[in-house]
Amino acid sequence: MTEPDPASLHPAQGQRAAVGVDEWVARSGERQESLPGALGAAQRAFGRVGWWPRLAAAVVLGAIIPQLGLNDFQFQIGINMLLLALLAVGLNISVGWAGLLDLGYIAFYGFGAYAFALLSSSQIGGGIHWPAYASVPVVMIAAGVLGLLVGLPSRRLLGDYLAIVTLFFGEAFVEFTNNVASSKLGGPNGITSIDPYKGFGAQITTNKGYFYLLLVLLAVVCAALHTLDRSRLGRAWRAVREDPLAAGLMTIPVNRVKLMAFSFGAAVAALAGTVFAAQQISVFPTDFDTPFLILIYAALILGGAGSIGGAVIGGLIIAITLDGFLRSPTQSGYIFYGMIVLTLVVKLRPWRKLGVVAAAIVVFGLAMHAIVGALSASAVAGGPQSSGWIADVVRHWVIVPSNPNGPGNIGFVILIAALIALVQLRGRWRTALIVPTVYLAVCVWEARLVSQPAITRQLLIGAILIVMMNARPQGLLGSRRVEIV
Amino acid sequence: MHKFLTLLVDGLTTGALYALLALGYSMVYGVLKLLNFAHGDLYMIGAFIGYFVIQWFGGSTALSIPVPLLLVIMFGLAAAATGLLGVAIERFAYRPLRDAPRIAPLITALGVSFFLENAVLLLFGSQTKIYNTSDFISFNGGIHLGALNIDVVRIMIIVLAIALMVGLRLLVDRTKLGKQMRAVAADREAAEMLGINVDFTIAATFFLGSALAGVAGVMSGLVFNQVYNLIGFVAGLKAFTAAVVGGIGSIAGAVLGGFIIGMAESFITGYVSPTYTNLIVFGILIAVLILRPSGLLGRVTLQKV
Repeated sequence: MTEPDPASLHPAQGQRAAVGVDEWVARSGERQESLPGALGAAQRAFGRVGWWPRLAAAVVLGAIIPQLGLNDFQFQIGINMLLLALLAVGLNISVGWAGLLDLGYIAFYGFGAYAFALLSSSQIGGGIHWPAYASVPVVMIAAGVLGLLVGLPSRRLLGDYLAIVTLFFGEAFVEFTNNVASSKLGGPNGITSIDPYKGFGAQITTNKGYFYLLLVLLAVVCAALHTLDRSRLGRAWRAVREDPLAAGLMTIPVNRVKLMAFSFGAAVAALAGTVFAAQQISVFPTDFDTPFLILIYAALILGGAGSIGGAVIGGLIIAITLDGFLRSPTQSGYIFYGMIVLTLVVKLRPWRKLGVVAAAIVVFGLAMHAIVGALSASAVAGGPQSSGWIADVVRHWVIVPSNPNGPGNIGFVILIAALIALVQLRGRWRTALIVPTVYLAVCVWEARLVSQPAITRQLLIGAILIVMMNARPQGLLGSRRVEIV
Repeated sequence: MHKFLTLLVDGLTTGALYALLALGYSMVYGVLKLLNFAHGDLYMIGAFIGYFVIQWFGGSTALSIPVPLLLVIMFGLAAAATGLLGVAIERFAYRPLRDAPRIAPLITALGVSFFLENAVLLLFGSQTKIYNTSDFISFNGGIHLGALNIDVVRIMIIVLAIALMVGLRLLVDRTKLGKQMRAVAADREAAEMLGINVDFTIAATFFLGSALAGVAGVMSGLVFNQVYNLIGFVAGLKAFTAAVVGGIGSIAGAVLGGFIIGMAESFITGYVSPTYTNLIVFGILIAVLILRPSGLLGRVTLQKV
């Protein structure tokens, strides 16, 4: 027997696997993308830390940050972040683990909020004012049962039909609260003056209190779900996601496992709903509309579906970006320009090419500004609509007409066309097209998008879903999934 | 009786819209097995294009061209624009995901739909646009039977929709492109091996389906008058319901389903209560899916392993 040549098992990068060696084995190193240098060392060190210490560290970090002295508004942003993270973690059960597209998820969140509101207000009867330790478990169990009922069609339905049935369930929930049961649920006026979380003689009324409550709840839910993920049920979910037929042949009760995924997700969403209702003191049908569902999906996809940490981080990033930064034009400018620079740095290699493109963008902008300014003075008369030093830098570089709405709209449409073209092109043409596209993006941003933060937020969420699914379906932090042949 | 007939005509009109939309859903689902959530938004964009054509030619009260020509331009432009948009969406968002897990293109479709809705909001504002159809097409024309009025717009829409459906049926059954589409729907890999240009066929399917959605959008503007950026979402859902009820992948099924949903909606609104319309329509869908998942005219397909 001859020893196998070690070189053939570990071929140098760029070299093709030797004949006779399984390519999948030979390229195992590439699948675990490791960064070079200090970053790589940090990554490896991080990888050696277990899951539980990481959770503990995250909780400690979350508990310390507010001690730096946050005001009430900043605590509200913190609450939104943790709430979205909790929702994304719950959605991860059915979407990430079991692979079921649950588009009615938002209705469970709404159900939790409304059920808590009914049990903790004067809305029905003479007024039920249960303490939180009684009402929250009841609401969660009820949501779990409701999840079972909604999931029942999944016994018969494949992925797409299931998506549509659950989407209808979500629509029906909004319809129900708005029109059908408006006498009890308040219709569009919602339910107001809901009790805070209370029990054992204490109650939580401040934003700071809800922040810590959510932090604890999120940690507990994550810990519970992590245990669940490592259990028989967690493995069964992943088996069902990868191949329901094979899972069934392995004696996994496919339907029951799917229903449980729905049920657990619904319970987590309902928990988030109770906190939302208690903290807001009021609930309205519009709080549980489709745009928020898409937001939760964006959070899950951005962080990486299938991992608890990914869902949490995705939720935190999306919430702080949308609620924290995109509110003010200056900070949203940092995000926008930062994203452009980051994309260029990541996508353009080597450095020489990046330098040339950056210089070309600057020169192109100056030239365009000069040409358009010479043709028509009013076409460059408007100043950038963002403020701060960025506006001063780009003032004599971007084209912003005195009446920016119409041209800004046209620019927006052309920009989308240019982005589509950019994806299709390859090589030199692509590099060449980057220059006008980036310049156009900046012009459209300064002329139109900055002044419409609400719409820009929504556009961004839609774009995140499209781009992430196409470019990096595993999410920002997920590891590349091994292809199953 | 009079109320019944009025509701019947209403049901036929909305049914025709749903049927046209359902055809697009069904075709795209046939070739890609993708539930294209953005389809309803193409319908919305078609309605907007029709509105801007009216504005371009002087507005509803002072049209500078004859009405038939205006209608031809509205339908033609809306069909061409939404068709091309559909092709662009396929190329940009769905093609890279053709071999990805099923859930990936679905989430992308959700993102495309959301993006389109908000892009339209950015471009055209949140104000509802009004067609004012009665300014240029008299409500008094058409068929009068006693107290029953069937105005010209409704007649035109029902006739045009049926003509398009027949045309599509002929295209799919008789032409080479139709044969290619059926082949790709049956088995994409096998079709590719037989030398069929799969990319082109899928693009053509998207064009046809999206163009039908654009036409349906202009029709909805003419009948319902109101156009805003969210009309596509619920209409798209109901049209998908129609496609499923009729049997997805089948042209006759999509048409039948469209008319069933349209009628159901009209009669529930008329005889029961408008409040419950959507809930009952969704209930029909869930009942059909649970009792007969392949739809009324669909064939039961065996799962291949």
